[in-house]
Amino acid sequence: MQTMTVRLLFFAVLRDIAGTDALELALAEGTTAGDVWQSLRSTYANLADYNQPPMIAINESYATATDVLRDGDELAFIPPVAGG
Amino acid sequence: MYLTDDPIDPRALVERVMRRSDGAYVLFEGVVRNHHEGKAVESIFYDAYRPMAEKEMEKIVRDIESQFPAVAVAVIHRLGRLLVGESSIAIVAASPHRAEAFAACRLMIDRIKETVPIWKKERGPDGEEWVGWQGRC
Repeated sequence: MQTMTVRLLFFAVLRDIAGTDALELALAEGTTAGDVWQSLRSTYANLADYNQPPMIAINESYATATDVLRDGDELAFIPPVAGG
Repeated sequence: MYLTDDPIDPRALVERVMRRSDGAYVLFEGVVRNHHEGKAVESIFYDAYRPMAEKEMEKIVRDIESQFPAVAVAVIHRLGRLLVGESSIAIVAASPHRAEAFAACRLMIDRIKETVPIWKKERGPDGEEWVGWQGRC
């Protein structure tokens, strides 16, 4: 199966949970942003209760869980924002 | 440039926006307060997905200026650790007449709070906590 590389960024509470700013993921073609969230839930016990991902950004724009990732994409899960 | 790591200079923001045709400006500053949901707050750490936050703020500025064609707006958000009493954000809306400046400034802060990827971690005597995370996903 073809694989692709996606850069996953962590911010705020998710950075604390993951213990890192970013990961390089090798993913199968066809993987969605939502699929990545589900794999994070099984990796990090603190996320197990969160069935639904927070907001999602692909390449610095808001996206949805069903969006299919492409090689070279930059993916970020956006916890509830609190600017201002 | 909508983000800064330094203290905000609201006068500079006003000067950037004001035109000779403007008869009013509204300046909004968001300030770190010493409490949140009944708990004492000593400082707040602001974090951002910087390039995306810049893009989202740019979009909001364009939206506001197209919705209020007579108004010119500017905004800057500070990141890093801020103490109680320090400003985290400043918005200026300038207009020939005051009503539109008030309306544009109000809409601007509301929009920023909805979509710009900025987060805050409050620190108090009982420890630190990211605001908005628990039970929200």
